[in-house]
Amino acid sequence: MIPAVVADFAGTLPDWGVYLAQQSVNALQLGSIYALIALGYSMVYGVLVMINFAHGDLFMLGAFACMLLVAALPWHLPFVVVLLMVMLIIGLLGVLIERIAYRPLRGGPRVSAVITALGCGLIIENLTLVKFPYSQHMPTDLFVSTSFRFAGVTISTLQLLIIGVSAILMVALDFLIQKTRYGMAMRAISFDAGTVPLMGIPANRIISLTFFVGAALGGAAGMLYGLAYPVIAPSMGILVGWKAFIAAVIGGIGSIRGAVLGGFLLGAVEVMVVAYLPSTYRDLISYSLLLIILIFKPYGLLGSPPNVKV
Amino acid sequence: MREFFHRLAQNRWILPALIVAGFVFAIVAQNFPILNNYTKFVLITAGINIILCASLNLVNGYMGEFSVGHAGFMSLGAYASAIFTTKWIPDSAAFFPVSVLFGGAVAAGIGFLLALLSFKTRGDYLAIITLAFLMIVKSAWENIPYVGGPRGVLGIDPMTTLPWTFFWTVVALWAIRNLVYSKFGRAITAIREDEIAANAMGVRVREAKILAFVVSSFFGGVAGALFAHQISFINPGSFDIVKSTEILVMVYLGGVASLAGSILGAVIFTFLSQALQPLGYWRMVILPLMLVLLMLFRPRGILGMRELSWLIPRRETQKNNAP
Repeated sequence: MIPAVVADFAGTLPDWGVYLAQQSVNALQLGSIYALIALGYSMVYGVLVMINFAHGDLFMLGAFACMLLVAALPWHLPFVVVLLMVMLIIGLLGVLIERIAYRPLRGGPRVSAVITALGCGLIIENLTLVKFPYSQHMPTDLFVSTSFRFAGVTISTLQLLIIGVSAILMVALDFLIQKTRYGMAMRAISFDAGTVPLMGIPANRIISLTFFVGAALGGAAGMLYGLAYPVIAPSMGILVGWKAFIAAVIGGIGSIRGAVLGGFLLGAVEVMVVAYLPSTYRDLISYSLLLIILIFKPYGLLGSPPNVKV
Repeated sequence: MREFFHRLAQNRWILPALIVAGFVFAIVAQNFPILNNYTKFVLITAGINIILCASLNLVNGYMGEFSVGHAGFMSLGAYASAIFTTKWIPDSAAFFPVSVLFGGAVAAGIGFLLALLSFKTRGDYLAIITLAFLMIVKSAWENIPYVGGPRGVLGIDPMTTLPWTFFWTVVALWAIRNLVYSKFGRAITAIREDEIAANAMGVRVREAKILAFVVSSFFGGVAGALFAHQISFINPGSFDIVKSTEILVMVYLGGVASLAGSILGAVIFTFLSQALQPLGYWRMVILPLMLVLLMLFRPRGILGMRELSWLIPRRETQKNNAP
């Protein structure tokens, strides 16, 4: 569905400038979704030093939860209510996965937790595939988008919504982590997980909270992604999830601001490659970028090397 | 009874006898109609999976790194050997072994480069570099018209027979066993336990890591070459993250740092995924569920860190039994 143009401000930019500005808006939209997902990877890595491979599938469930909620509930709910419900559901699911599958393995070999996470991701993806073998369509009446033209660049209100909601969520997360006691406890666990319980901090509750917040952000990203690209399929958990994981790594996994930086960087690279080069080069170039960054900055752009003690 | 099994386990002739018997069986089964084509297909798949699983176990189990890019090496070997037999020297079964070696060599060469590049990184970041490598390989094939682009290579002669699969499986297991119980193997295990301490004790960390990576990717490439000549068409999508995940599942199902575990994991995975085929999508729900349960109750896999005594070289068992 291409939204109708309702307003047109007179354009003065040259053609290439319009094209570049248009692609920049698209890059911001994709980048903010990547950044939201990457935050979930980075937060979990920060507190547990573990790659939560099931996170991409929680992102996918965000889109499906939104679709099912809108279809199941008889009232016409406003966008914000649906968003909060999706975040709540996916957040609780994230906590549940941590409780059942990851917590019993804490203290065991690190690789088995990673494998368990991979397994959980596969279970979620394939259960969704059993229920929805074909691609689904997101509800179109949840947010009716219009677009306007500014100096020749077409911007839809949906794009503004996605960028705006992501920005609000990221600012809220930054506030949570930097300014509240819960955030301080999270940072303390990521700094020294062994000492934190000795200081009387309920480490398990803080870890559950971290999973809740990370998964809720992933669910929100899934819903926004579904609105932007309305045909959704269970495989998007792997396709988009792995990309967001790369964004988290480029920024330096474990670093919250790095995840945001990596998300926007990856979004920009992907959109610009498709805009100026054959679209089949997209993955080649974004993964090569990752490889080059890791060779020169082995811990990502904003990450710090772990303390290794013998 | 227990005594009998103990003596059987100590018998040095069991392993050679099993290998000869297996090879004779492979030749007979290939040339006489005692097995149907489906059974042969499953047996060959099991052999290829054993090679993949054992070679990944070298890096992920013995060296303790976490590589998710093994399907990329498989892909390199498959494409190199398929190009060799379809474009360079077509229609000659005699050059099939050369093409398999060529596939392994290409994979080993790229594995060497990757090991050089990624030496500075370790742990999770190495996992990510191998992931990027996997995606780059897949994307590269899609963008090279010479190898068919996204369509892949079609019409490869199905030359992977039971005897050849058996031969390569034995070679892979033999080579990895000898490597693991050599000086380099000790170095690799020391790196897994503590890299900095190993370095301080004089282990040449860089060389040991590179060697393990090269051997692992060589056999990954060999398995890919066999795979290409088994199903006779390959495309970039055959070797994606899902394939890598399957190999990881086999390794951690059977058990880390164990060749017997690799054989067991690969065989269980192959037969289960065939047996669960009628369940459709439920198959990929049940297999990961089993893996998660296994990890929760037995985090190192079925045979993790253990070995069948037949697979341990003679001198090692004598050394261990000496007072």
